[in-house]
Amino acid sequence: MIKNISNLGDAALYCDFGNEVNKSINSQVIKYFKTIKEKKFKGINNLTPSYNKLIISYDLKKTNFKEVKNYVENIDAKESQDIVSKKLEIPVCCHENFSLDIKRLEEILKLSREKILENFLNKEYFCYMTGFIAGMPFLGDLDENMRAQRLETPRVKVPKGSVALTEQFANIYTFESPGGWNILGNTPLDVFDSSKEDKPNLINPGDTVIFKEITLDQYKNFNE
Amino acid sequence: MSNNYLDIIRPGINTTFQDKGRDHLYHIGIPFSGAMDNRNYLIANKLVNNKLDSSVIEFAFQGPHLKYSGERINFAVTGDVIFSIKKKDTEIKGNCYQSYQIENGDEINIVSTNKSVYGYLALGGELDLKFQWNSCSINTKANIGSNDGKKLDVGQRINLKKINSNKDIKKINYINIKIENIRVMKGTNFDYFSEQGKQIFFEKEFIVSKLSDRMGMRLEGPKIENIVNTNIKSEGLIKGVIQVPADGNPIIMLSDHGTVGGYPKIGAVASVDYDRLVQMAPGSKIKFKEINLSDAETLFKLYEMETQNLLSQI
Repeated sequence: MIKNISNLGDAALYCDFGNEVNKSINSQVIKYFKTIKEKKFKGINNLTPSYNKLIISYDLKKTNFKEVKNYVENIDAKESQDIVSKKLEIPVCCHENFSLDIKRLEEILKLSREKILENFLNKEYFCYMTGFIAGMPFLGDLDENMRAQRLETPRVKVPKGSVALTEQFANIYTFESPGGWNILGNTPLDVFDSSKEDKPNLINPGDTVIFKEITLDQYKNFNE
Repeated sequence: MSNNYLDIIRPGINTTFQDKGRDHLYHIGIPFSGAMDNRNYLIANKLVNNKLDSSVIEFAFQGPHLKYSGERINFAVTGDVIFSIKKKDTEIKGNCYQSYQIENGDEINIVSTNKSVYGYLALGGELDLKFQWNSCSINTKANIGSNDGKKLDVGQRINLKKINSNKDIKKINYINIKIENIRVMKGTNFDYFSEQGKQIFFEKEFIVSKLSDRMGMRLEGPKIENIVNTNIKSEGLIKGVIQVPADGNPIIMLSDHGTVGGYPKIGAVASVDYDRLVQMAPGSKIKFKEINLSDAETLFKLYEMETQNLLSQI
């Protein structure tokens, strides 16, 4: 449930569901997100669900904080359909051409490359949210012994398709972008496709993702 | 093929097509985009009799030099912009907030914005552009929008689908007021900062850094000290939010911002000051003044009435 609602500036509601990061809190966030999205309340122009917060932004020409807050407080989020979630397999190539931070991860985690891959691959990860850059999924949770901090100095350019880790999360860089996550591999799959306007994101909040290893040859032949 | 078009002789530094932007996409990672300075965008369209949400050419600092081919057409430039119009052998200085007519072979040369950042060029009619999610707005970071999401380049041609030409010259007296004080509300992590940090934020002067673009405005000045945590779990952002990363220098989210972020939010700019904020060029001094939510809402209403009033005078 929403613990507290405050304002973020004069054109957004900040709905706080707590400070923990777990599936149950995130499912609450997504439930509210889906309910409000379906109802199309006057003036609301964007909803941003994250691990444990929901930001509701609105057009100040059409409504205001008080109106939207009152609406959200009286909403019955149970009415919403249960989350329809997909299970997706994402091919990932961890060849040295792609696993740019494997040495760093080996050092920080004190695990061998083989062990790191074994811990990471073939496991189910939950998509908490998408964003930062278009379509980027935030997936969790990594095993306790797989958690590394961000790079001290972020890369100016992370290659498109990079599969990367930070703390208890994994993500996929949907296009070339600056970024500070530890890069483990690369997927040849298009995770974001702006030509599909109704469904540009392959992975959506609530989905389950499993990474399956592919060889360099399979990677090269993937889009043929 | 269109018979009415503009050839780009010089593209300018960051010239893009923009309109009102796109909404309902934050949850998949796509920001609003759209014209940075909304008031000047609307006025530009009104001056050439376009629908107010029509596509325009937005430029930053140095603008484009364009050569027109086709039937007579109206255009207008808004902002604080230095430009000229070349007709056969004569070149005249252009005035902002006034429509002009151009004919086959005429050139528009937008030299620069004056002590500001963004300017707008509206052409009477309709630009022939690809729309993505109901908007032509170019987001160069995600390569979304018209022109494959890339800024305009030399040698390109801008086609017009429709043109409207009107002999009546439209004009309005308007001056862009330059301000130093930007009104902000406290952010959701205001208490992450030390007493001294909070004081610095509201009392000291910051300078707009060169590392500013349509995504964000970076500020330099006295460091704002964080006493709780320099990272938070990533959560949603909106334009105008001021984040302070570990280095203590504030960054203000602008129209092409990343949709989520993990730095503490010290404040959020009041909507009433957004159009003026984006026009602050690198090197400008900026000071934050605290405002409460209810005053921010009232002032925005007044600002919006003023905009509508300006539009109705055209």
